[in-house]
Amino acid sequence: MIKLFKVKEKQREIAENANANGKSPIKKQSAGELRLHKDISELNLPKTCGIVFPNGKDDLMNFEVTIRPDEGYYLGGTFLFSFQVSPIYPHEAPKVKCKTKVYHPNIDLEGNVCLNILREDWKPVLNINTIIYGLFHLFTQPNCEDPLNHEAAAVLRDNPKLFESNVRRAMAGGYVGQTFFTRCM
Amino acid sequence: MADSIVTPSRSRDLDKLLLRPGNLVGPNFEPGVELRDDLREYARILVVGAGGLGCELLKDLALSGFKNLEVIDMDRIEVSNLNRQFLFRVEDVGKPKAEVAAKRVMERVSGVNIVPHFCRIEDKEIEFYNDFNIIVLGLDSIEARSYINAVACGFLEYASDDKPREETIKPMVDGGTEGFKGHARVIVPGVTPCFECTIWLFPPQVKFPLCTLAETPRNAAHCIEYAHLIKWDEVHSGKAFDADDPEHMKWVYSEAVKRAELFGIPGVTYSLTQGVVKNIIPAIASTNAIISAACALETLKIASGFSKTLSNYLTYNGVEGLHIKVTEFVRDKDCLVCGSGVLIELDTSVTLEKVISISLGSAVTWGLNIIVDYHKFGLVCVLVLGVEFIHQLEEHPKLLLSKASVTHRGKNLYMQAPPVLEEMTRSNLSLPLYDLMGKIPKDIVHVTGTTDKHDKKTSCLRKLRVAFKGIDGITDMDMAGGA
Repeated sequence: MIKLFKVKEKQREIAENANANGKSPIKKQSAGELRLHKDISELNLPKTCGIVFPNGKDDLMNFEVTIRPDEGYYLGGTFLFSFQVSPIYPHEAPKVKCKTKVYHPNIDLEGNVCLNILREDWKPVLNINTIIYGLFHLFTQPNCEDPLNHEAAAVLRDNPKLFESNVRRAMAGGYVGQTFFTRCM
Repeated sequence: MADSIVTPSRSRDLDKLLLRPGNLVGPNFEPGVELRDDLREYARILVVGAGGLGCELLKDLALSGFKNLEVIDMDRIEVSNLNRQFLFRVEDVGKPKAEVAAKRVMERVSGVNIVPHFCRIEDKEIEFYNDFNIIVLGLDSIEARSYINAVACGFLEYASDDKPREETIKPMVDGGTEGFKGHARVIVPGVTPCFECTIWLFPPQVKFPLCTLAETPRNAAHCIEYAHLIKWDEVHSGKAFDADDPEHMKWVYSEAVKRAELFGIPGVTYSLTQGVVKNIIPAIASTNAIISAACALETLKIASGFSKTLSNYLTYNGVEGLHIKVTEFVRDKDCLVCGSGVLIELDTSVTLEKVISISLGSAVTWGLNIIVDYHKFGLVCVLVLGVEFIHQLEEHPKLLLSKASVTHRGKNLYMQAPPVLEEMTRSNLSLPLYDLMGKIPKDIVHVTGTTDKHDKKTSCLRKLRVAFKGIDGITDMDMAGGA
């Protein structure tokens, strides 16, 4: 290809001398962004879930999802999750954090979420919709087998009645043990 | 220069390759002194990364007869680099890798000019990358490869017959090593598979379930990940963990040790902590040297044509004995990054709404037709693409796309869902696409939607090459003034 390089090099010199008229800097759209664009445009959320884009319509890589469970222990609560999507999505799962402090066996007090498809079972065929449904499922079916909040899991396993009242107390805003939860109803 | 016609170059072996004809040469190979001189004079090569592979690559390329080299790397030299990144010395620790590497090679190989760039690859203007004939990659992450690949493929243009235009092809040579294993591949966008075509070949990253880390750690890595992912946030609320900060790493290490003692798990060491947290696999100098040699050779082949290039993916495995294999991967014809996409020609006045009457009333002649349907609560935009739209596109399969969402250079022009975004982008429906695209005569647009294939609705993501009629690469004066 050296012949071609030679021609191009000469063109480049000419262009440089002519001070190539202002090309606007181009934003590079990563393959991850395009795939995410597809995921988002095909979102099919239940009424109990909402989505917002804090940085406007052109930043889909960072968004927030609210979940309002319509059954189970967490009925009436509103829980906010932040999503951070990497440029190599879907090769890598989005980073999801729960921004609402919640008394939940699978979500710790720092907002880490133990959901298999967010880590060990993530596959590129999954999408944002799947994750949101997965999160929703955590509220209707909290799982004491894989606890992240050990105490909450123990209470759920040994005394579901107490667990229910603890959840109520936390969602209404108050102390469960030593931990204070802000109101999220 | 003139007297070099008779003098052999300082590399006899290089002369053998470049000055003599051969039977296994690439197309358009013209051996001779001119070729040798042109390689020095006109070939401009960018080396991305000045680490383990980058050091080897710079040395190899400089000794292979290239004169115009540039190198980009954002890192500074660390003590732990010195065992294999042979261009660096103890007194260089803390200095930018790119600058030291360039200086050292120029000191040793006379006549070579290496321009260092001490910055992130994303910090450079896209046009920076267009100045090079070949980009050689010595990187250690999927993200960085994916970025450079997207940039290089971004220069690729297709002619109206969907053949890549040769002068817009930016070849890449990608090297990678991991312990005793490595790969070298040649990426000629539009001809061989690009990085994105085969990204699915990467194994998923090993990630442990959070609850295992929190509850039932079974090995040293579990303890380290617990300290890194859970304990760090608990203690340092809001402060981001920085894997390059030794203080942070030491903290994680000490927490991991405590955790391991609690569960009676052996094997937590500082180097394992670094390995787990930063995903580091010990680098082997000889692997780097072998992979770099393969990459430098391919670079020389692409530039000079003295031999056909590797087609197109070489894997090297030195774990037990030695195994080298070349596999010919195939392109993904629908690749969003390097694929040709569907060519669509439009008038500059075409707005989303204007087309309604046309597509509803008469036969589809526009290529891009948008039917706007007044639903109860708003507009539903339907893009019908490529139906019957005549001679130039006869080769294309019919492409019927409904419920389309459109994005252009990171700007979302229209989104079907979710409702918040639909609302924000709805007003664009009444604007000319030409204006929405910033009055660029031709550009790439991506469309997602539902398509009918064999009577089955499938969702798809398509690349379109939109070209506006009547604008020949130069924006009309009155058009430009109008903005």
